[in-house]
Order: sequence, then C-alpha cells, then structure tokens
Amino acid sequence: MKISLNNLTAVLSIALVAPFVTAQTTAKPAEAAKPATAGAPAQPWKKIPIPPLHAFKPEQPKRIELANGLVIFLQEDHELPFVNGAIMIRGGSRDEPANKVGLVDIYGQTWRTSGTATIDGDKLDDKLESKAASIETSGGSASTSIHWSSLKEDFDTVFAHTMDLLLNPSFNQDKLDLAKQQIATGISRRNDDASGIAVREAIKLAYGADNPYSRRPEYATIGSVTIDDLKAWHARTVVPNNIIVGISGDFDSAAMEARLRAAFEPLPRGEEFKTANVTFTDPKHGVYFVNKDDVNQSNVLIVGLGTERSNPDYYALSVMNEIFSGGFGSRVMQNVRTKLGLAYSVSGAYGASYDHPGVFYVIAATKSPSTVAATQAMLDEVNRLKTDPPTAAELSKAKDQVLNSFIFNYDSPEKTLNEQMTLAFYGYPSDFLEKYKTGIEKVTAADVSRVANKYVDPSKLAIIAVGNQSEITPKLDTLGAVTPIDITIPPPPGKPAE
Amino acid sequence: MLCTAQAQDLASFEKRTTVKVLPNGLTLIVSERPEAPVFSFYTLVDAGSADDPQGDSGLAHMFEHMAFKGTQEIGTTNYPAEKVALAKVEIAYAAYDAELRKRVGQNPERLASLKKAFQDAQTDAQKFVIPNQFSLIAEQHGAVGINASTAEDSTQYFWSMPSNRLELWAYLESQRIAQPVQREFYKERDVVQEERRMRIDSSPTGRMVEEFLATAYVAHPYGRSGVGWESEISQVTATEAEAFHKKYYVPSNIVIAVVGDIKASEAMPILERYFSRIPAGPKPEPMTTVEPRQFAEKSVVIREATQPFYIEGYHRPDYRDPDDSVYDAITDIFSNGRTARLYRSLVRDQQIAATAEGFSGFPGDKYPGLFAVYAVPLPGHTPEEMRTAIHKELDRLKTEDITDEELARFKTRAKADLLRGLADNEGLAHQLAEYQTRYGDWRQLFRELDKINAVTKADVRRVANKIFVEGNRTSARIEYVAPQKTPKSTGGAE
Repeated sequence: MKISLNNLTAVLSIALVAPFVTAQTTAKPAEAAKPATAGAPAQPWKKIPIPPLHAFKPEQPKRIELANGLVIFLQEDHELPFVNGAIMIRGGSRDEPANKVGLVDIYGQTWRTSGTATIDGDKLDDKLESKAASIETSGGSASTSIHWSSLKEDFDTVFAHTMDLLLNPSFNQDKLDLAKQQIATGISRRNDDASGIAVREAIKLAYGADNPYSRRPEYATIGSVTIDDLKAWHARTVVPNNIIVGISGDFDSAAMEARLRAAFEPLPRGEEFKTANVTFTDPKHGVYFVNKDDVNQSNVLIVGLGTERSNPDYYALSVMNEIFSGGFGSRVMQNVRTKLGLAYSVSGAYGASYDHPGVFYVIAATKSPSTVAATQAMLDEVNRLKTDPPTAAELSKAKDQVLNSFIFNYDSPEKTLNEQMTLAFYGYPSDFLEKYKTGIEKVTAADVSRVANKYVDPSKLAIIAVGNQSEITPKLDTLGAVTPIDITIPPPPGKPAE
Repeated sequence: MLCTAQAQDLASFEKRTTVKVLPNGLTLIVSERPEAPVFSFYTLVDAGSADDPQGDSGLAHMFEHMAFKGTQEIGTTNYPAEKVALAKVEIAYAAYDAELRKRVGQNPERLASLKKAFQDAQTDAQKFVIPNQFSLIAEQHGAVGINASTAEDSTQYFWSMPSNRLELWAYLESQRIAQPVQREFYKERDVVQEERRMRIDSSPTGRMVEEFLATAYVAHPYGRSGVGWESEISQVTATEAEAFHKKYYVPSNIVIAVVGDIKASEAMPILERYFSRIPAGPKPEPMTTVEPRQFAEKSVVIREATQPFYIEGYHRPDYRDPDDSVYDAITDIFSNGRTARLYRSLVRDQQIAATAEGFSGFPGDKYPGLFAVYAVPLPGHTPEEMRTAIHKELDRLKTEDITDEELARFKTRAKADLLRGLADNEGLAHQLAEYQTRYGDWRQLFRELDKINAVTKADVRRVANKIFVEGNRTSARIEYVAPQKTPKSTGGAE
C-alpha cells in the first residue's frame, strides 16, 4: 500500500515494465476450495447473497471505413458535455532508424509545440487553455497520435485546429531544440533512479541491446535529428490508410459522421506503413549486476521473452499469470512479500503484446543484505510454476478473479472505444474480449501445467540486480558468475566523458 | 463560458446523493450513478501520519498495511486460540525489546534467548493465519484497484467491484474497521521498511524531500517523515498499532462514500446494518500544535553524485483560510499547462529547466502546509539559476497584477476540471468523502466554484506579498558532485 508524498517524488521516476494487462466478468460466485481445518470458523461471508448482476451490454462504437482506408469509431456518451477524440497513426519509435533513436519522441513533442502554418504552438496554447480544451500530440512505440478534448460547444473550433495540425504542421527549429533538451535531461538523469536502471537494463537483456523495443535515445542519436527528419516522418506516416480515428462524447453520431467524412474523405490514399520484421532471441542466461553506491535496496529482475496475444495459449498463460502474481492471493505476493517479508513491491508476468513477444519478468526490491535470498525466492517461484501444478483453490481463485472483474474491461464507453481502436490497429477481431472470456472459462489445471512447462524455461532467463555492492552479503556470485553492466552515459559527440 | 448541463449541477446531484450519519457517528454517502453495474467506495479516516505519536513515526501508515491482514472472522483458522498466541507474541517482544534497549548491562545470551522466544511465539501464532484472506476474498469477487494510502492528513481505503457485491463489501469493510487483527505484524514491519528504502533512502528526490520537510517544520508533525524514521519503524509494536486504531478509527472519525450502480433506498439499509455494528468511541482530541512563525530562511544543500534539483516552500494557512482559493489561482497560473508562467519563463524562454512547477498544500492542507515551487535543471544549469528564476516570477506576482486572461483561464479550467471529474465512480467517491470530512457537507465540492469565482487580481497580489518573503522560505537543493571513484572490478559500472 502506498504513502502519499505528493507527485514530487515521482517526477523523475521511470514507469515500470508495462504489466501484462489482465482482463476480467461476472461468473457465478466462486466458492474456493479451502482446506477444511478442524474447528474452522464460520466463514460468514459465504452466506452473503450475491444477486445477479444487472444486465449490461456495452454499446459498441459505430465503425466507419472510408474509401481511402481511414477507419473511424464513434462512441456516443451523453453523461457530460464534452467531446474527446484521438487520431492514431501507424509507425512509432520501433520504426525509427537506429542512429536517430528518439526521433519519434521528438516528433511527438515538436509537432504540437510548433503549431501550424496559420497558428503557432504558443498561440494555440493560449487559445485552447482559455477554453479548458487541449490538443496534444505524442510518439509511442508502434504509433504516433493526436488526442483532443473540449466542451461540446467548442468542438468545431478545436476540431478545426486538430485537422489543421494534422494536415499543416510547421515543425520549427526552436521547438525541436526544446524537445531535444527535454530528452537530454532524461538521458542525463537516467542513472539516478535505481528501479529505472533495473527495468531499462532488464528489457535490454530480454530483447537484446539493439532491439527496436529496447534501445534508448543517446545524446548522439537525438543530436542527429533534424527538422527534415520530422517532416519526412510526417509525410510518410500521415496518410488515411494508416489512420484510425476515435471520438467519444456528447454528440449525435449521424451528424458527427457527416462532419468527419467531410474532413477526412478528401485525403488521398498513400503508401501503407509496414513495420519491419524483428528477430527475437532469448537472453543469455546469467547474473548481471549494476553497482549503485547511494542505495540500501537492490532492485532485482528476472527476465526472458514472453509471447503474443494471438497465441492460442494466451488464455492458459493469463490464468498462470494470475496464479503467479495476480494480486494478494498470488504465489509471489504470498511468499516473497507476506511470508518472507523480503519486499514491498513484487510482481511478475509472462507478458503478451499484440504483435511482438512481450517480456516475461519477475521484479522485486529488497534490502541489500537480502538480495540473494530474495532472488532465490523469486527463482523458486519461477521453478514452482513447472513443478507445482495449480491447486484447485488456486485455479478457481485465479479464474474467479479474472471473470468476476471482467466488467471493468468495458464499464465506460471510453474503455469500449479504446479497446476497439486497439484491436483494429493490431488487426485483432473485434470480439477478442468475448473470446478471451470464453477462453479463460475453459482453462483447466492441466492447461496451466502444460503452458508452464512449454513456456517457462529458467535456462532462458537472465537475472539482473541493481544495488549497492558493498552492502550485498552474501555476494551475488552465490547465484552464479556475475557479469557487470556498464551504464556509463556516452557523452555528447565532442564532449569528454565525466 | 461553460453552460453546465442539467445532469451535472448541484441540484441534480442532490437528487441522487444521500447522506446518513449512523448512531455510532459514522457518515455514509451514497451517490447513484447507474452507468454500468459497478461501484467504487472510498473510506476516509480523518487521521494520518500527522497523528503518529511522538517517537512512533510511521504508525498510521503501518496500521494502514495491517488493515489488510484480516479480522477476527477473516484470515484465521481459530481466532480464540490465535488471540492467545498473539498476546504471547507481544509479551515476548516486550521482553526482547527491553533487553535490546538496555544502555547498560545488556546480556548477549539473554538477548539471544529472548529473541528466539519472540521468534517462536511468532511461529506459534502463524499457525492460525490464512495469509491475505481478506484481500483474497475481495479479489475473488472481482474487486479491482484494491489499495490504500496514508497521507499526513488522512488515511484512505478504496477499490471498485461489480455492483452485486455491495453487501459482501459492506461486510468486509465494516469487519476491518470494527475488529482488525494485528497478525503477522513484525513481518509487515519489514515490508514497510522496504517501502521506506524504496521511496526515501534509495531515491535522490525522496531523500531530498524528507530533508526539506524536516527543515521546514520545527514543531508541527508535517516535518516528520510520513513513512517513518527507520529507527522508529523498527520499534513499533502491534500493541501500539492497536492503540492507534482504538483512538483514531472510531466511527465519528470516518466517512465512507459509495458511488455507482446502486439505489440509496436499497443500499442504505444494508450499509446501516453492517456499519452500525462498529462500536462508537469519542472523537479524538484535535491537534493543538501549531507551527510557529518562521522568521529566517532555512536551506538544505545536498552534495552528491546525482543530478541537480531545486525546491523551495513557503508556509501558508490551512484549507479553511479565506484565501484558500487564491493559492489555487497561483498554482494554476504558475503550473497549469504550457501557458503557465514557470513553463514559459524557465522552460520555454530561458531554457534552463526541463520542468518547473508550483503547488499548494504540501505535505498536507488540513494544517498549515507549504506553497512549494520546484525546478529540474537542464544539463549544465544549476540550482542557483532555478532559484533566481523562480524568485523573479514570485516577485512579479507581488509587484504586478496577473492578467485578465490568466484569471479567466483559472476560473474556466476550475469549472471544467470539476465537471470532468464527475463521470468517474472512483474519483467521485474520493471527492464526496473528502469534502464531507473537511466541510461537514459534500455540497462544498460544488460551492467551491463560488470561492474560485470571487478571486480577484488584488487578492493574488496581496497573498503573494504576504507569504513569498525571505523569512518564510525553506529551500533544498541537490548539487552534483562527481563520484569518488572506487576501482572495483566486480561492480563494473559507473
């Protein structure tokens, strides 16, 4: 459980490994098989009635495909007088050249801050913020995007600016420099945060240091990004057949459709964006270490390659993940935190991404002297996935947890819209969520054992610890030969190392 | 200007929001939002780290962890026997602790045997534990976002669930408020120490903020680390946690808000049935310590091999101050978006900082907190440059009126933010519980806009002149110092 210290302490921290998103609905109330103890208490909660859940079928967004290939999703939501929109464009940081890593991030920042040929970014800030509205651009791993939001009465104005930004961006040198400074600051500070180092280096170990999903910007790679690069990226990606538009809020779909057709239909079809094929190899098994002498806690990660959601074993792996680390009842939580008291935060998952392998990871932070003990406890849990099939109680608990909370996958129109946009973006069927639910319902203990044995291979996992070597006893080499990792930040070209 | 739709104004909320104060003093709020068959709750206990007893910093937070350890009915195979075993743990711990703390004449053999007796007692008590059963029941019934947080001012518990589990939730929540059991306390203390290492000891900004607050306050508990000092966490006992619960977790000190697909007419009787069982107790006496007026600037300078940082803070009155909304105006004008003064000055124009913001009510606002401003220097720039640039902006607030546009933007955004927050069970439950606690009436959430609309340019200037003065300032900075190289082969990196 957390303690509030305001956002300040989070200012410089780096987000954790994106956890395997667990999806979840309502099934019958589950009566977990519990060990019958002599003189067991009454368990009064089992007598509490669970009435049937109110019938609820989320309204699916209306899908419109234009002749030029652009896809639109419209999701009416009349609770509040706002309209929110998103434009997703294929192509992201995984597609940028290796010598210009950071390009897409810089593009995402500079696009909006520069503004357009008719209104510069600063003036646009004034105009939007006076209406409590926003238009923001950003660069991600697989896509870039524009998000906007306004009161419904300001929709016309804000949408017009959004289209202007989409079609007539100006990309100015001063804003490019500003974006580079932001990223340079991140580079200069990246070794101050122990868990950030651990996550970054673990992803490099899992995917390989030069993999498009693990590489990080350096002073040299951002230094080489030019205005022409941004313009070229924009010209290459912003074509209607690479775009998905989603709008939710207080509007009439028929009128909105007409509006969007008028805006997007004139765009000429362009070249379809293809992401390059990437080869993934398992990490080199071993123990890796980064020394950081201003900490009294080690961040430990065990990592390997995960899978894709299209894998037919995704359902069984999802249930395995729940048993392994899905909440307080899970094995790592029960053992590493509750039983052994070795960590405050501990989690893990056999990760699944939409169109490339996710990361299999187990992560914990433990006091320096218990680094080896905690790592061993984490490894034991990984091994136990193979040796200890789920008990009936574990299986029913895991499935109940997923199924009873399934409603939270679509309890707001915005979630339903986002889900459909994501599925469309990655070419997944629109009923993926329903299939997922059915798939989970069918998973048996034998399925979980089978996938644990098929996918979990400790010889294909790397262990990394970031900690204070002088305090770590017993030494890390108790776990095997230790390979130190050099995290020295390469200085900007032409500058001496610190 | 905003035209607030009928469905989002105070009148419409009054129709679907019901408040009930139970005979034991506990306040329940039910707000109907039948958009999807789910609900969220927010239990707000009006006690936080500021209420930690002297010498026991971190106790409020420690208890918050313990609130997930189960009750007399949940998490145990045999409570009567466990109760006896837990009492023995406390006796064994007290004996061990007494020997451990002896300044003169400590007997190592006796200490070792007392330690073993303490460990054995824990092992005995552990036999009755069904670990994490409380959270497990919630998870199994579809709860998501199970969590809690301890702030200086309050402690809060929250999650969301399918709406057909309302009664089950009422059972669980009333159980842990009424009869929590301090089982596995000493292992959880280790977990909390790890949390401290993560948030404070091993984080440059965590360390800096802890020093900053400890320096800014000399008398009021806002200066103590909320997670607790390491030595104090290491000695708190289950007995003390129980006493904290008895004193502060009385129904009259608790507000619970439930928002979602529930009907007050059906839900209220259920909630009443469960929450009425919690025994009443006297409302804890109010805190009497008031931070004395600061009369000289105080500074913390940390020299270490981490990147530079600058923060400063000025004491301000608590949230009941008539100028409360003026501080919100200054926060908005200083920090909100790319039109904000600190962004435009330090980030965009001078290009010396990556981020710069001001914010109010740190580390709390139930008691006089700080208006704080921080900046993250760009590579090659120093904390001193941040300080100079921040002071320039503070001086501007004192000597020039803010613009009409800035004032209008603050008011427009405040209204829109309020509206945007209403379509979210979790956020709404939080707001209702908080306003009910702070003002005795959740309606203040909507009435706050009247205070915001009344803010004038002269108010901003007056308040700026009142608090942004040297003698009222505390600052902290990290100055980068190149690391001492220790040539060691295995460690590798620097």
